[in-house]
Amino acid sequence: MDAGKLVYMANQIARNFAVLGEEQAVAATLDHIEKFWDARMKAQLLEHGGEGLSPIATRALENLRATHSA
Amino acid sequence: MTYERQKDFGTPEVLAEESVTLTIDGREVTVPAGTSVMRAASEIGGSIPKLCATDNVKAFGSCRMCLVEIEGRKGTPASCTTPCEQGMQVSTQTPRLEKLRRGVMELYISDHPLDCLTCSANNDCELQDQAAAVGLRDVRYGYAGENHLGLATDTSNPYFDFDPSKCIVCSRCVRACDEVQGTLALTIDGRGFASMVSAGQTTDDFLSSECVSCGACVQACPTATLQEKSVKEIGKPERSVVTTCAYCGVGCTFRAEMRGEQLVRMVPWKDGKANRGHSCVKGRFAWGYANHADRITSPMIRETIDQPWREVSWDEALAFTAGKLDAIKAQHGARALGGITSSRCTNEETFLVQKLVRAGFGSNNVDTCARVCHSPTGYGLKTTFGTSAGTQDFDSVMHSDVILVIGANPTDAHPVFASRMKRRLRQGAKLIVIDPRRIDLVRSPHIEAAHHLPLRPGTNVAVLTAMAHVIVTEGLVDEQFVRERCDMVAFEDWARFVAEERHSPEFLEDVTGVPAADLRAAARLFATGGNGAIYYGLGVTEHSQGSSTVMAIANLAMATGNIGRPGVGVNPLRGQNNVQGACDMGSFPHELSGYRHLSDGDTRALFEADWQVTLDEEPGLRIPNMLDAALDGSFRAIYIQGEDILQSDPDTQHVAAGLAAMECVIVHDLFLNETANYAHVFLPGSTFLEKNGTFTNAERRIQLVRKVMEPANGLEDWQVTQALANAMGLQWDYTHPSQVMDEIARLTPTFAGVSFDRLDAEGSLQWPVNDAHPDGAPVMHEAGFVRGKGLFVVTDYVPTDEKTGPRFPLLLTTGRILSQYNVGAQTRRTANVVWHEEDVLEIHPVDAENRGLKSGDWVRLASRKGETTLRAEVTDRVAPGVVYTTFHHPETQANVVTTEYSDWATNCPEYKVTAVQVTPSNGPTDWQEDYAEMAGRARRIEPAEPAE
Repeated sequence: MDAGKLVYMANQIARNFAVLGEEQAVAATLDHIEKFWDARMKAQLLEHGGEGLSPIATRALENLRATHSA
Repeated sequence: MTYERQKDFGTPEVLAEESVTLTIDGREVTVPAGTSVMRAASEIGGSIPKLCATDNVKAFGSCRMCLVEIEGRKGTPASCTTPCEQGMQVSTQTPRLEKLRRGVMELYISDHPLDCLTCSANNDCELQDQAAAVGLRDVRYGYAGENHLGLATDTSNPYFDFDPSKCIVCSRCVRACDEVQGTLALTIDGRGFASMVSAGQTTDDFLSSECVSCGACVQACPTATLQEKSVKEIGKPERSVVTTCAYCGVGCTFRAEMRGEQLVRMVPWKDGKANRGHSCVKGRFAWGYANHADRITSPMIRETIDQPWREVSWDEALAFTAGKLDAIKAQHGARALGGITSSRCTNEETFLVQKLVRAGFGSNNVDTCARVCHSPTGYGLKTTFGTSAGTQDFDSVMHSDVILVIGANPTDAHPVFASRMKRRLRQGAKLIVIDPRRIDLVRSPHIEAAHHLPLRPGTNVAVLTAMAHVIVTEGLVDEQFVRERCDMVAFEDWARFVAEERHSPEFLEDVTGVPAADLRAAARLFATGGNGAIYYGLGVTEHSQGSSTVMAIANLAMATGNIGRPGVGVNPLRGQNNVQGACDMGSFPHELSGYRHLSDGDTRALFEADWQVTLDEEPGLRIPNMLDAALDGSFRAIYIQGEDILQSDPDTQHVAAGLAAMECVIVHDLFLNETANYAHVFLPGSTFLEKNGTFTNAERRIQLVRKVMEPANGLEDWQVTQALANAMGLQWDYTHPSQVMDEIARLTPTFAGVSFDRLDAEGSLQWPVNDAHPDGAPVMHEAGFVRGKGLFVVTDYVPTDEKTGPRFPLLLTTGRILSQYNVGAQTRRTANVVWHEEDVLEIHPVDAENRGLKSGDWVRLASRKGETTLRAEVTDRVAPGVVYTTFHHPETQANVVTTEYSDWATNCPEYKVTAVQVTPSNGPTDWQEDYAEMAGRARRIEPAEPAE
């Protein structure tokens, strides 16, 4: 899938949770992606890396990577 | 059921705690105080003669047929306008009354055609019945006097005729238009003998008047003056079957009145709890598509989409389809396959499609058309309240004191409910409208909104947060409700947030375009005006912050204590007939029926044990993700039941590219819709008249859909899905949809008490129906929220990324109109095109003048995504800078210009905000010409080979 679109979606989620403060926003963004994204979308975002992601989305992706590599 | 009219009690039911007991013709009867003598007599089986009375409008007392004698009273009062009193002694049949009634009837008949044998009433005529009831034998006045018999019939309306020569001027039609529909299009013109029913001005006929063709006048008419053309053409029905309308989310129930297998007419069922005997032009009249010549009734296949279709047997079509699906699954894995369930289909059909995807295909790639309408409702209300549904029944609106309508246009999209709402507004409830357009509700006969906040498209969250700011900072919060019912920590976080000065109406005025004083006044009214109810539609959900807006609405309702009793609540007005049901049935890729997430191991285990399969634990793809995945080759086959994503989904060219990239597209529908241009398999569908099942409306009301005729294709839709499942090796053996509902009830706690037998006996049930709510729940969250404590969610306003600029300086917002439905596949194949034969672009006079445009001109509507042409309509209904159109016609394809932007939480498309430019045009765009040529090729059907 288009990595740019996945980055946009992740940033959009992160932006809407940003009001919670960074720690909660990172957790909420990760939780949202885990609950609502198809496996290939998660895998492709991980594969894409962090380019273009906001700081919150970047941290959420790092946590996603840790979850998936555990 | 053999044919007979529904019982008419003469005057409306009275709801009163106090009752009175009286005697009518020697029989004692107890009725609620305020009940008319006429109705009381009817309730014990009597039938006082009447002409101007009918039980869906208030008593009028004009025809003088329903006279009675009451012991101790002088004269002969009209029973329709006389309320029952304790101890009253009533006689309905005496020599004096006989004589009076017969005299009145003589006068009526002296100016009425004596053509009963050829009259289009077909003997189904109240005037004829009442003449019989009074034993009319002759008319002493003769028939030669001045009369109305030569008046011409108005045949302008496509569905009914108005023959004034048969009119008795009882005013039932006028009152029905006033009281039931609330349009006030009809009047009695002239006085005395010259009195005549008139639609609008004297120069108007029914078609050119403000009549909305709801049919209330036709239903109310006691003669053949207002008569359905279908009854004139076919004759009197011989049986009737109660079923549920397949248009919008109001879920009206109708009597399908039949002769043999021919539908004569649809008449709203007075016992229907959603519609209370009312209807709109679509449900009442626009059913002709069911027999339209465009219907495809044989399965068709082709290897590639540039080939013509080939008609084949069901066996060949199913084997071809299963072979393709199995091959793709073997080569690319289960996650390359998916399906889309339809909000136009029944709960049982929807449940089976998602079951086929999960248990047969082996993926969770199932989604539904709610993705593009109310998926944010699911997310927002589940988060705040604990379940994904509206909180009220429709009757609730009659207890509302302040009605807030945001992002909805009920008179066009949910007209039967809008009539109820308008009735309450005429009784004095206050109205707040938040909408970029001046929708009809803002100002219509006897109704004027207290506040219309014409916000800039895309600023819903800012407006609602500003309202919350006023409520919190001015001390208008219902503190007791919040303390007892809500999560206090979350409330305090939210209250601090909204109280910040940056959320004040004054600070946000430049963003929203809403004058701060108006917004403050609206917020105060909502918080202090009594029972406050919020109704919303796709103008809330179809934004990049659709889910946030739903949660902001929920916050507002909780903060003002407007949850958990009649008259209040959060009410999503669902677009299609079974949006609620399709969502309930586990159509979303992340959850199973009853809104239980796939990550819930216990729920998954329940389904795995019942279905004898192992379910994929990972959420599947949503519709837009499926199209994206098709372009990268990881998603290759789709089964689409009853949806036309090419026309309804945003960014048409992207949808087309996604579909074209797939190896196997299976369309299961009534017609060769636009999506079918990209399909390899076409499975013919059945209409709602040809199937059994259930629909669930916006009130969570589950109602039976009953088959009134055999499917034209030979199979109901659930049977087609079952046949496909079995062709893929599953062994389903349902013999009736009731068995599917039994399975749903077995696997879904909120449906535990639902069965076809109960629905048949009780008419409808509003889920949850289980041990906690054995008879269902008209109002939810009465004692506590489903999630326990109500959750306030901080909703930060995030502007959309769709920006106007020099190239695209206007904002386009889209919607629907009364006479057409969704992509128009049904309504475009009916006479409803008389009212709307093409999509038009509404543009403000200032914007039109700047571009040299006038109404009727062709214009080019362009965005960064694409362009199309359509005609302009210059109107100040839209604000400067905003343009509006509908998406009912494939020749326009308004979604060619809408974008890929979507709700952050659900991917519901941002249909309501697209930056566009409008310029004069002298013809179709290249895309329109190319598409028309392509569609023509794609719809070719190879001639069948002659039989040996």
